[in-house]
Amino acid sequence: MWDFILERYNYWVVIMLMMIGLYIVISRGNLVKTLVGLNLFQTSVFVFYISMARIAGGTAPIYTKADYKARLKEGLPQEQITHISYTGNAGHHGEAGYGAYEEEAKSGYDAANGAGHEEAGGESGSLHDGDAVPSNDLSSMMGEQGSTEVAAQQPMPELHDMPNMDPEAISAPMGMDMAASASSLPVSDNIAYETLPNVIPSNVGDVIYSNPLPHVLILTAIVVGVATTAVGLALAVRIREAYGTIEEDELEAADNIAEFGRPQTKAAGSVG
Amino acid sequence: MDFFAQLPALPVVVPFVAAPLALLMPPGRMPWLWATLVSWVSFGLSLLLLEQVWINGPITYAMGGWAAPLGIIYYIDLANALVLSLVTGIAAVVFPYAYNSVRDEINHSQTPGFYTALLLCLAGLTGVTMTGDAFNVFVFLEVSSLATYTLVAMGAGRDRRALTAAFNYLVMGTIGATFFVIGIGLLYQATGTLNMLDLHERLAGQDNRLVKAAFAFIITGLGLKLAMLPLHLWLPPAYTYAPSAITAFLAATATKVAVYIMLRFLFTVFGFDFPFLRVALDFFLVLGIAGMFIASLAAVFQDDVKMLLAYSSVAQIGYMLLGISLGTVDGVAASLIHVVNHAFIKAALFMAVGIVVLRLGSHQLRAFQGLATRMPWTSWGIVVAGLSLVGVPATVGFVSKYALLSAVFAKGGTMEIIAGFLILASSLLAVVYMMRIIKVMLEPVPTEGPFARNIAAPPLMMRLMLWIMVGANIYFGLQAQPVIAIAQKAAATLLGVDSGEAF
Amino acid sequence: MMGHLILRVVIKLLFAPILLFGLYVQFHGDYGPGGGFQAGVIFASAFILFALGFGIKETQKRLPPTVLPFFMVFGLLLYALTGVLGLFMGGNFLDYYVLAPDSHHNAGQHIGILLVEFGVGVAVFSAMMTIFYFFAGREPEIHDADW
Repeated sequence: MWDFILERYNYWVVIMLMMIGLYIVISRGNLVKTLVGLNLFQTSVFVFYISMARIAGGTAPIYTKADYKARLKEGLPQEQITHISYTGNAGHHGEAGYGAYEEEAKSGYDAANGAGHEEAGGESGSLHDGDAVPSNDLSSMMGEQGSTEVAAQQPMPELHDMPNMDPEAISAPMGMDMAASASSLPVSDNIAYETLPNVIPSNVGDVIYSNPLPHVLILTAIVVGVATTAVGLALAVRIREAYGTIEEDELEAADNIAEFGRPQTKAAGSVG
Repeated sequence: MDFFAQLPALPVVVPFVAAPLALLMPPGRMPWLWATLVSWVSFGLSLLLLEQVWINGPITYAMGGWAAPLGIIYYIDLANALVLSLVTGIAAVVFPYAYNSVRDEINHSQTPGFYTALLLCLAGLTGVTMTGDAFNVFVFLEVSSLATYTLVAMGAGRDRRALTAAFNYLVMGTIGATFFVIGIGLLYQATGTLNMLDLHERLAGQDNRLVKAAFAFIITGLGLKLAMLPLHLWLPPAYTYAPSAITAFLAATATKVAVYIMLRFLFTVFGFDFPFLRVALDFFLVLGIAGMFIASLAAVFQDDVKMLLAYSSVAQIGYMLLGISLGTVDGVAASLIHVVNHAFIKAALFMAVGIVVLRLGSHQLRAFQGLATRMPWTSWGIVVAGLSLVGVPATVGFVSKYALLSAVFAKGGTMEIIAGFLILASSLLAVVYMMRIIKVMLEPVPTEGPFARNIAAPPLMMRLMLWIMVGANIYFGLQAQPVIAIAQKAAATLLGVDSGEAF
Repeated sequence: MMGHLILRVVIKLLFAPILLFGLYVQFHGDYGPGGGFQAGVIFASAFILFALGFGIKETQKRLPPTVLPFFMVFGLLLYALTGVLGLFMGGNFLDYYVLAPDSHHNAGQHIGILLVEFGVGVAVFSAMMTIFYFFAGREPEIHDADW
């Protein structure tokens, strides 16, 4: 019981922050405090996304020089990688050094330019399975169906259909798979891993990457949040200049005085 | 560049590139001309796109060449193409109309910013309509919403209550958007994808609490954005105190796009494979009927015409929800038809009110006294659009009421039959509140009081655009077939009935 | 004036390194952590720090508010037009690959992301400064009691 609660501490933090934020928004009459509550509420969602993507012991999905050198030592010839990149669907180059997600997303590039959107979608869709993995503990927490069941319901990846799949493209989600607890590891992914052609350097599996996508999403959401806060504060400043107050009660009273000559009557319109 | 291959990107890209340019223009006529031109170009592109989709079926467009499901794709089927054409079409009529009204209501030095925000709003709305990526929906929704907050607040030059209205709208809208993001995050946890079509595939058969929670968050968030009845509180003040042109534009587009995205999530992302959907649909039935009555009743007692029409908008959203709640092709088609037709009706009505505001400086009911003799053309516009709102034959309102009623009776359950009669009953409420306006308009011109002055004839451009919109009310009322055909096919695609084009 | 001497000296010392760090984050964001948004904010923070020490008037003399809209538009257009450039070179919108299709080093992607991130950086910097000027430039009329 306690383990169940403590293991998921991030969700408790998120829920508490969320409720505190929402409560401030609802109960505070001061416009700036409302915005503070709104920000808290949004921040809880950011935390939720980021904790969702975190893998225990995972690092940022960045290839280091060491990775690159190690991979060369594994004896993967440069030409082969290049060949894989440009003839296969994975249209990236094998020379290292760039964010894994870039490579990952780039697969299916050529197909995208051509006609076969669906095909490319199917193929690279399988790569994406790794992203689903860290999530399953919440679904088990939410009950009813265990995580393995959920995982088993996911469509079979089709990695084995792609003999010249790019190793780097696979490594990032694979790293996540290795890191995820055994119970939540989709069986299908194991199969895919074993049937992969022997181009994956052994050390790639050792590097555990956190899922970068939620971070990217949240960066976007933060930008939106900053913009919202800026607009909200600007409005608060303008309201302060127009009414001389930023307390909601006083604002309402001022509007009612302007319309009916007395503060008490609720304006017919403001009911809505 | 292959024009037709790139067509899906352009309705978003054109206003998005044009928006910052408007900021640099000298205040006054230039930014307006620019925005108008852009809206016409976007409209043309949208119509082309609609034609393409009608002929060739759904179009997929990979942004930046990154294929689905990893990249962001634009997925355009008939439902988006229809809503997209609607949004840009309304823009193409309201933007030209805006000039005189904006000159009157907005500080001269703010006009470049105003048109920049307007174009950004347009870009955001088109983006929401076209994207096939769940998170991208959020981004574009917020682009359009943030632009909307500032546009509503710009009504402060005429009435300072625009500021508080915009602030409340901002708080509610942000809560809605954040709920939506939570829902998307939960879906991402459950499936590991953000692509809508991919989500649909992976959600098939998943019926755990995680997905249910995601569903509830998304529906609530979108419900806030589309002013579903108990979540509509932001809408009436925001529409009332926004500048006239903005009210006309928003009433016809913003909530409509939210309805579309609701449809998209209900049927494309979750679909009938998701058992919980039925619960939500029953819920919508109740909320739709409640909205029809409560908001219509509230509208009857308003003394401010814009507030009255804003409540009427909330009521009309009830009709759309009712159509969705049937869960049949006819019902969803009726909902889409009403989305289009109600946009025509409300755009026309708010544009007429805007003309009155320009000349008489008020949108109180008292200002409408004697309008029939003062501004006969505008008054006729209000009458025709009002009849259309009520649902008189030969107007678009009749077409959508007819479609909705036949969908309701075709479904045939007891609840649905009752709902059908309630639709008729609530139409009577629409008669009541429209009659209030028309009655005041027919009274003699006031000889004393603030509205007793002589007024000049309204600018030709505004009247012309009003009558184009009123004409659309009549034209699509008589020639309803194209819209109905597109809506039927779009609904079939959305519900996945037409297996040839569905997923 | 002299009361802020230490503060001002420290700010003067910090100003250039902050800008440099902003540039590093900007151009390193191509293949490492960083990017236009962060860089824009860091860049703006240098000017905001300057304004804290030397006053808003001094800052506006060095970075006039009137140029900021131009920066903002330049940044946004750089972003959007890089995307449009992809359209004209035969790819999709925001397709950077076509900018240098024959390169074995994905040069197109690098050029594209560099331009776009630079646009984002400039736009964010100018937007941040505009917001700062908007709030800081108002008359300080709010009394403590009102808060």
